[in-house]
Order: sequence, then C-alpha cells, then structure tokens
Amino acid sequence: MGRRVLITGLATFWGGRLAQALEADPSIDVIIGLDDREPTVALERTEFLRTDRSYSILARIVRATGVDTVLHTFLVVDSGAPEARAMHDINVIGTMNLCAAAGAPGTSVRTVVVKSSSLVYGSSREDPAFFREDTPRSHPPTNRLERSLIEVESYVQDFALDHPEKAVSILRYSNVLGPNIATSLTRALELPAVPSIAGFDPRWHLVHEEDVVRSLRFAMDRRLDGIYNVAGDGLLPWSEIVALAGKRRWQLPWLGIEATAQALRAAGVVNLTPDLLGVLRYGRGLDTLKLKAAGFSFRFDTAATVADHVGSLRLRRTVGSPTPAYRYEEEVEQFLRRSTAVVREPTLVE
Amino acid sequence: MPNARVSHLPRRAQPTPGDVAPPTEAVETLRGARLSDVDEFGRSERARALARQFFDPIYRSWFRAEWEGLEHLPAEGGALLVANHAGALPPDAPVIMHGIETELHRPVYGLGDHMFRDAPVVGTVWSRVGGVVGHPDNAERLLRDHSQLVLVFPEGAKGPSKTYRHRYQLRRFGRGGFVEIAMRAGVPIIPIAVVGAEEAMPSLVSFPQMARRLRLPYVPLTANLLAFGPAGAAMWFPAKFRLRVLPPHNLGEKPGQARYSRSRVMEASETIRLAIQEALYEMLRVRRSIWFG
Repeated sequence: MGRRVLITGLATFWGGRLAQALEADPSIDVIIGLDDREPTVALERTEFLRTDRSYSILARIVRATGVDTVLHTFLVVDSGAPEARAMHDINVIGTMNLCAAAGAPGTSVRTVVVKSSSLVYGSSREDPAFFREDTPRSHPPTNRLERSLIEVESYVQDFALDHPEKAVSILRYSNVLGPNIATSLTRALELPAVPSIAGFDPRWHLVHEEDVVRSLRFAMDRRLDGIYNVAGDGLLPWSEIVALAGKRRWQLPWLGIEATAQALRAAGVVNLTPDLLGVLRYGRGLDTLKLKAAGFSFRFDTAATVADHVGSLRLRRTVGSPTPAYRYEEEVEQFLRRSTAVVREPTLVE
Repeated sequence: MPNARVSHLPRRAQPTPGDVAPPTEAVETLRGARLSDVDEFGRSERARALARQFFDPIYRSWFRAEWEGLEHLPAEGGALLVANHAGALPPDAPVIMHGIETELHRPVYGLGDHMFRDAPVVGTVWSRVGGVVGHPDNAERLLRDHSQLVLVFPEGAKGPSKTYRHRYQLRRFGRGGFVEIAMRAGVPIIPIAVVGAEEAMPSLVSFPQMARRLRLPYVPLTANLLAFGPAGAAMWFPAKFRLRVLPPHNLGEKPGQARYSRSRVMEASETIRLAIQEALYEMLRVRRSIWFG
C-alpha cells in the first residue's frame, strides 16, 4: 500500500507547490490538502478539503482517511503576509490541534514534518556567524511572530518526546527567494531602490524555493527525526544581493529605523517587517551540516538563488506572468476526480 | 537570557532500512556568479588589500614593526594566536594582522567584541578587514573547519582600559575560554608578545562612570589627546614595535569533546599568560628607548 499524505495550508504557496510535487510520485496513494481558501495552483489528484484555519476537525479527518504522513506547511513565517493577522490561530492553535490529531490513540500517523523558520534564532549582535540547530538564541524574542514560532516548535518537540515511535522533524528555513515566491523580502527587492540600513551590510543566507520543496519531500521520504536547518551554500552581503538584482540601495538612517519602517508601512511603500529589519542589521547564517549529513544536497547556492530570482523578475517585467492564472472551480475539480465519464488510465498491476 | 526552548529533539536510532526511500539522485549544486569576494564570515581579501595599502606606511615608517620567531607560525593549518592587548585605541591588532599577512601571505581573522557590530560603517569595515565576533562557535569553525589563523586577545577590554602605570602587566585571561576553543578545535596556541602598543596611546586617567553612561567599555584621557587635541583620539605616538612569536603550545587534548577539565583549561591559560609575561619582561630588559627600540 502506498503512502497517504495530508498537507496543511493547501492554498498557500508552499502547500500548493508541495502537493504538485507529490502528485508526480506514484508511491503516494492519497494526497489530502486542507485550507480555508481554494487552492491557487492546478492540482491533478489532490483532494481539497475546506476547514477552518486552526483545524479543529483535524482529528476526525485523520481518523477517517488513515493518513500516515502529515506535512505541516501552514505556519506564518512572514509578518507581512496576508495571513499574519490570524497568526496566533494559524500557528499556535493550528499546531496544537495538529499534534492532538496526530497523537490520538490508534492514529495511523507515523511521520510529521513541520516547516518552521530560522526566525526562531532571532538576529542580534551577539549571534554566532552560523546557528547550529542546538545554538540557543542570544535574546528572548521581542516580536509576536518569533514568539509564536518558538511556541509552535516547543509543542512539536513535546509531541516528539511523547511519541518516540513517530518520526517528527522540524525544518528551519532561512529567507527564501525563487521565481514564484512573494514575501516581504521579494517585494523589497522589487522596489527601484532597495531599502537598506545605512552603514550596515550584513551577510544573508538564502534558500531557493525549489530546495524548500525538495527538502520537505526529503524529510518525509527519509522520515527525518529532529530539527534541521535549511539554507543554500554560501552567504552574500546585502549590497551584493542588491547589485545582483541590478538595483541601488536606499540607505535608511539606522537611528529610529523602527519608526521609519512603520512610516513606510503606513504609507504603503514597503513593509519592512521586524523580522526583516533584524537581518538587515545583523544578518543570520545557518549551519546546514546536519541536513547534508543526512544525505540532502542543495540544487542552488545562495548566489544562484539570487540569480534565478532576479532572472524571473526581469522576465516578469517584460512579458508579465509566464504561467497563466489559475482559478479553482469546485464543480470541474469534483467532476474530474469522481465522474465515471472521465477516462482514467488503467492502474498497472504487476 | 538564552531561550531553553530552542534545542535539540531527542536523538533516536536511525530508521530501519525498510523505512527509507531509495536515495535521491545526486544533484549538482548550481553556483551563482559573485560580484564581491566577501566570504561567509564577512571578510573580503580585496578590502584587506586596500587596508594593507593604507596601513603599510604606518606599519613600516611609523611603528617600524620588527618580528622575531616568525618560524613558529605554521604555513598551513589552523592555529590560535594569543597576544597581549594595549593602548587606548589598540594598534596591536592591525599590526599583527598586517605583519602576518604580508610575511606569511595567510589571512588572519581577529576575534573582537560584538559591540563593533552595533556601530554603523565601523562594524561593516571591521568585518570586511577580518573582524569576527568573539563567539566560541565562530573561532572553532574558523580553526577546525577552515584551518585558518585566528587572533584573540584574552585580556579583552581589560588590556586597553588599563592606565599607563600598569603597562606591560598582563590582566587576567578571562575564564580561559580561548584554551577550550583550541582544545575543541585541536589546534596549537601560538603566543605573541607585543612591545610598543602601550606607548602608542597611553591612558593617563580612566572615567568608568562616564563609560557606563555612554555604554562604552572604557573612556580614558590619553596622552595623545593632550598632545594633539581632538585628533589624538585617532593618532598614535610613533612607538617602536617589537613582536616576538613564542613556540607553539600544543594542548594534547582530544578535539571535539563536549567538555574539558576546568583545571586543565585554567592551567594552560596561566602557562600561556606567564609565557607572554616573561617574554615581555625579557624584551623590556633589552629595550633602550621607547621610540627607537
């Protein structure tokens, strides 16, 4: 029997991408995607199920479908994202319900993969150049997003302790770039002059969106256990990233940068989130040895990630979006999946 | 306060072979083209070359730095360089880094206080010319994984903050953290004794209360300020520099251990401190003039 996988946040960028990647794998029998909004990418055989954002009915779904793997991609990791208003419900309550469902007696779940963020390390002057998975934060978190992610991780770690027979992995991603991703960071890079803090030129560690999906699949396939940092090889100074994008830097005064950021946010120019400001000041590096030792290899290093992102940015500026917009039509999707009129390829039986 | 919640999940046995999917195909990593040569610690060889160009006249004509015992420095492999630290604006760090880079053609990374990172421009320049936050992780990574030379002043701010009447009397070497770093990384410690930095910018009086209010490690009144006015804040006296590299100190501990015996660490730390102190006394015994050596 093939694997049965449940993905949270199907309508988010990562949920959709991951579902698309899993559909190509014949060893996966069933893919179920949860979200409160409709999927934003075309999916062949993924079953979409509309739920509330904190997954209060997850336990029932898990019991009914008998999934063996839960991929928790729906965590807010960008306080500039549209979902950030409901951050507490999504991150904390959602994860609590997920742990409860995956840990219920007699459950079929054996593997849990959680997509977290390097924000749990924070960003401060005392930091080491590279964070290992066991490096403690230099200071307690000061913003809501970091606090909620740390809380989420602590629930997942408790869950792992209570269920030693299950493979539970937390993947901590550094900032992502790529052809399709849209975050506070990518929007900042699209401005004619890219915001920077004058006098600071920190090192940035990036990961390509493709490597994000690949590493999530890797964690699932290998049934990784524990915490893993994910970021491409090499670090680039912010000035170089901006130069690679063919842009100039917009030097903001470092004194009162929080107030400046707030004013820019209010004026709708750019959303320099507290999570971005920290990295714009001190940078953040991740030690990815643990993931590499487990057998993962990255397709893009940090510089190639920037180059790929910039290339697609230029293409989009010239010809618009290269992929046609997708609109979810419930009747069509249901018809294609259920109707006897649809010609299906016969399943190969050996 | 470090947050205890960010930690390891409990380690468990590897999954059984039946669990494991076939190995994913080997992927070749795409390497993007770079525009700068800033490395992953923030150092740039181009920035270093520029700094050397600027500092060379100071090194050669102002301080007239002279070395002995350069043969103790390895041509390759990691080593932790430990020196005495002095002068209100300590010139010993740039002199040692410049000297070794021009003599041995090997980069030197200097461990420093994280307060540098808070200063705009200064922090960036400091990082480009080889400054790294003195975090044990950083030092170990440079020494063990990158086999580099790392310079550290175990006295920390206690060295440059002392006043002129305590010159060439080494302060305590902290808790011996530098010894533990070298033990863990499995590299030798090479002590360097520096004569000249004390007289380049001597502190006459220190104002600890003002320092606390300004959140600086120390605020001194230097002889340079009296002699040159405000320009004296960044102007050294042309004291003659003599540097002596002492024989490497091999610690003989197994690298990579989780912990090392406190007493061994403190013992080695004290041995190295005494070796530098002895060398300093010896060098001062034969020094005829502060300005001509």
